[in-house]
Amino acid sequence: MAQTKKYKRKKNRSIPPKYLLLGMTVLCVVMILTGLAFNLSGGPLQAAAGYVFVPMQEGINRLGSTISSGLSDLKTLREVEEENAALKSQVNALTEELNQIKLEQYDVENYRALLKLDEKYPDYEKVAAHVIGKDAGNWFATFLIDKGSNDGISVDMNVIADEGLVGIVTAVGPTFARVRSIIDDAAQVSAQVLSTSDNCIVSGDLPLMNTDGRMLLSMLKDEDDEVVVGDQLVTSNVSSKYVQGLLIGNIASLSFDSNQLTKSGTVTPVVDFEHLSEVLVILEIKDNDALEG
Amino acid sequence: MRRKIAIAILLIVCFILQTTVFKVLAVAGISPNLLIIVTAAFGFMRGRKEGMFVGFFAGLLIDLFYGTYIGFYALIYMYIGYLNGFFNKIFYPEDVKLPMLLISLSDVFCNLVVFVLFFVMRGRFDLPFYFVHIMVPELIYTILVTIVLYFIILRINKHLEKLEKRSAAKFV
Repeated sequence: MAQTKKYKRKKNRSIPPKYLLLGMTVLCVVMILTGLAFNLSGGPLQAAAGYVFVPMQEGINRLGSTISSGLSDLKTLREVEEENAALKSQVNALTEELNQIKLEQYDVENYRALLKLDEKYPDYEKVAAHVIGKDAGNWFATFLIDKGSNDGISVDMNVIADEGLVGIVTAVGPTFARVRSIIDDAAQVSAQVLSTSDNCIVSGDLPLMNTDGRMLLSMLKDEDDEVVVGDQLVTSNVSSKYVQGLLIGNIASLSFDSNQLTKSGTVTPVVDFEHLSEVLVILEIKDNDALEG
Repeated sequence: MRRKIAIAILLIVCFILQTTVFKVLAVAGISPNLLIIVTAAFGFMRGRKEGMFVGFFAGLLIDLFYGTYIGFYALIYMYIGYLNGFFNKIFYPEDVKLPMLLISLSDVFCNLVVFVLFFVMRGRFDLPFYFVHIMVPELIYTILVTIVLYFIILRINKHLEKLEKRSAAKFV
């Protein structure tokens, strides 16, 4: 470290490039190691960078969305009419479904009252945020949102969109936060099948996402062979970081592992990750201690 | 001083374009790497030292917003800039072949390092797949962008060198 400082102090033409490189390498390694040792991510430098870059990224995005909305205004009337017809039939179908669900809801409330259960899925407090930038490379599925610790966001909060799980906050600055999508290659979510409550693991997989737009499903314990393709997956109650009951996606394929005990397959996520522009952050962190205790 | 400000603005603009506009213009989920173009270009146009510093700050930008550990991308990009600096002696602005080749090699090198450190370390060894589906598409897209961006960078550099020569002549 002392060496680095010396080189930095007299940064002039006289120092040969290779010694400068050595000094800068030491500096980088020290930064990486301090980050690893103290689990820091950025600190004041990151916060300062946030104040400079976030407004610029917001501006660019606002410009982009203005242009794209201007372009979509040019959609022909015929397209809109077609879409209208399709939507109308969808509304009918959904109304029917809703009525049925209302009846079931009534039943459920009765049962809950009988069993004196608390509401299972409380309405979480949420804050809306815009996606302002995506990962600089093509390896990871992380993105930035324009709300940070100033808006009450902190690390490990869940992020949703289109009523489905998007990811989890991994870093926070005062004015921005970084979110890792569930489709990121390193992401894993503990999930359960909605219909049978069987637990499993859903993990992001870059090759699978790249070719089919799917995620990997594994460790599904389904001894009675009841789970079928098309079943919905939600975050499980045993998940350490995700609040319970957030929709992840539908099972797209399923088969027994060679051990004949567990199943694995693929999942199609409900969220359209390619065109993500607005997300909701759930302002609640799952209480890990309660689970482990 | 003028040069530093110009490079800083160039890096900021490229970083913002890379993470916003080009993510929307992504083809099959793949977007180009503008910062590697800037880093490599300053390396072979100006030599090892300048390439090194441009690379360091380009990487630092990525680290601050998207990196897991601050300093990681700074280190990779710094070495890319430095290594490109060795080709300064055989660089002629009129010749496009060498810059294209160096930028391509830099992009592939950067992706290989990321692949080894973040994917092989987690037991994902299928290099041919990642090569065909991630690295090559990114390379092609980056080369296409290079055709435009490289000439902009070249012109900026030429202009800066002209100004530097003029002010140097004034003082001497």
